[in-house]
Amino acid sequence: MKAPRMFGVAIDWVESRTGAVAFIAPLLTHHVPRNAKWWYVFGSATLMFFTIQIVTGVCLATLYAPSAAEAWESLRYIDQQVPFGWMLRALHGWSSNAMVVMMAIHMLQVFLHASYKFPRELNWVTGVFLLFTVLALAFTGQVMRWDQDAYWGLGIGASIADRVPLIGNQVRGLLLGGPIIGGETLSRFFALHVFVLPGAAIGLVGLHLALIMKNGISEMPKPGATVEPATYRAEYEQRMEKDGVPFYPDAAQRDMVFCGACLVLLVVLAAVYGPFGPGGQPDPTLIDTNPRPDYPFLWIFGAVSLLPPASETAVMLVAPLVGVLVLVAVPFLANAGERAPSRRPGMVLVAALAVMAVAALTWEGKTSPWSPVMDGWSALPTPSHFLTGRTPLEVQGANVFQFAQCRNCHSLNGLGGERGPALDAIATRMTADQLMRQIQQGDGNMPAFGRNLDSAQMTALVSFLTTLRPEFEAPAVIPGAQLPLPVRQMPGEVATPVAAGTQ
Amino acid sequence: MFRFGAALLGVGGAIAAVPILGTLLAPARRQASAWVSLGSAEAFPPGQTRFATFLNPIRQPTDGDAAKTACWVRCISPGKYQVFAVNCAHLGCPVRWFAQSRLFMCPCHGGAYYEDGSRAAGPPPRGLFEYPWKIDGGNLLIEAGHLPGLEQST
Repeated sequence: MKAPRMFGVAIDWVESRTGAVAFIAPLLTHHVPRNAKWWYVFGSATLMFFTIQIVTGVCLATLYAPSAAEAWESLRYIDQQVPFGWMLRALHGWSSNAMVVMMAIHMLQVFLHASYKFPRELNWVTGVFLLFTVLALAFTGQVMRWDQDAYWGLGIGASIADRVPLIGNQVRGLLLGGPIIGGETLSRFFALHVFVLPGAAIGLVGLHLALIMKNGISEMPKPGATVEPATYRAEYEQRMEKDGVPFYPDAAQRDMVFCGACLVLLVVLAAVYGPFGPGGQPDPTLIDTNPRPDYPFLWIFGAVSLLPPASETAVMLVAPLVGVLVLVAVPFLANAGERAPSRRPGMVLVAALAVMAVAALTWEGKTSPWSPVMDGWSALPTPSHFLTGRTPLEVQGANVFQFAQCRNCHSLNGLGGERGPALDAIATRMTADQLMRQIQQGDGNMPAFGRNLDSAQMTALVSFLTTLRPEFEAPAVIPGAQLPLPVRQMPGEVATPVAAGTQ
Repeated sequence: MFRFGAALLGVGGAIAAVPILGTLLAPARRQASAWVSLGSAEAFPPGQTRFATFLNPIRQPTDGDAAKTACWVRCISPGKYQVFAVNCAHLGCPVRWFAQSRLFMCPCHGGAYYEDGSRAAGPPPRGLFEYPWKIDGGNLLIEAGHLPGLEQST
């Protein structure tokens, strides 16, 4: 027998017993729209990153010790001693971020092209569940790192769970697996991260793909080409028959090129930037730490920080549910009609606002200007131009300014905390009396220092602050009051303001 | 026949569900706190707030470093104390004590507390969580065991 013929016999043998060819062949030969071009590669790339996650994840599971006492050490072992262990972790970490990004782009494209309309409503719904499954994988993956960020991130999760009315305690216990963040917490998240969530994701991916086969790939939206549920299916099949191209090789080649490029980029990123963490060791008595979540959650961290405290609990608990409901509801709110973005300007605006909101909140979460600079008081220099020409009392005040940790929340010359206003020109806005009152009594966002500074410190501090104003700008006065004369001239200043607003 | 099969599955499933649900739901049950020593009470001089650590009395063999717990001990006057959890009442990040300004500050969202633990500024909905304390044989003891939270005492 010749080799090709033997091969054919073998295929027939398997086919007669499994039906595999009948199952796989349509996956390759089914017709897809001719004009789709490069728009539809993002879903495939997401799937590729997911596959990488499974393969690298299984490898990591053979090396990782899922025990709170040993996990952090085992990661250092993987990074430093296992041959290419660091690369394995780097691939897993970067591919995780890439999967989230690619999924977001895929979702955005589907939303903008309204591909979720009839008959693809459930394609969208399974996609939404995949989104949340993947985000849950990202969060539980951050816990696997079992470093300070993981520990305090769990603390934030526990604090949110605690706010659930009536059963907050129980919810928190179920989340942490016990009364504290400890061994059972990690085991619990490990079970989620390697069994439950990947299992759910694989099932959902299968469903998602089955629905794609059932409903076909949506065409590029054309203004005026509306979706009419009564006739859509028959017309779509007719058009595919006439004008479609087989998935393999026409569309598959573009998927291959894009996925290949993504893979090369991933390998380069992983090799150049290396693995994420682990950060400081997970010892809760090492409190000199500044916990931040991973990238996919920075925007939530930012949103939580910017909420008015009174609305916080309600928003933290209700917003995620509303988010899920709104996303699931999208195809049911409008499952027919126009698909072209040019005919759906409102939806384009919604997508643009969502992208901008997430981007802006991520930036806020990354820079977190609301966080005090914890070592601002001890580490930052006082700019020399705020010291020259000052009286001893004012220089003493500059010292109080540092030692009373004012700098942790207030910046001078751009250095220091941003929680409170920058004080470079505070003397143009507040008089000595107003400054005294503000420091002594504070307000909602500033502690009252009345009990914490003695009167000598307070006097020095206020006298220093009253010198903080740019040249040529008059000091603040109580409206209608005469400026006290003479105003002392600061170095470099040429004119002495006579009254507020006049030079 | 079908009903008999369903009944068998029901009985078997119910028995198997006991350990399954028991394992999954056990952490929802609250365990009792316990007294734990922070060492000699003399290590906490009056007028000062100092850092102290202890091993959580409810712990598992696999907890590792995570069973270590930190707290802030304020000695108001000889024999009078306040023991604060390090966890911010906002979202649980560890607060730090600044002796100069007599404030606790949180690195996450800028919550600040006065030396008596009351809220000074920022998003926290209440003051710092406190551990019950007592002096026993010259040692300062606190009642602990739980990660503190809004609905959860220490």
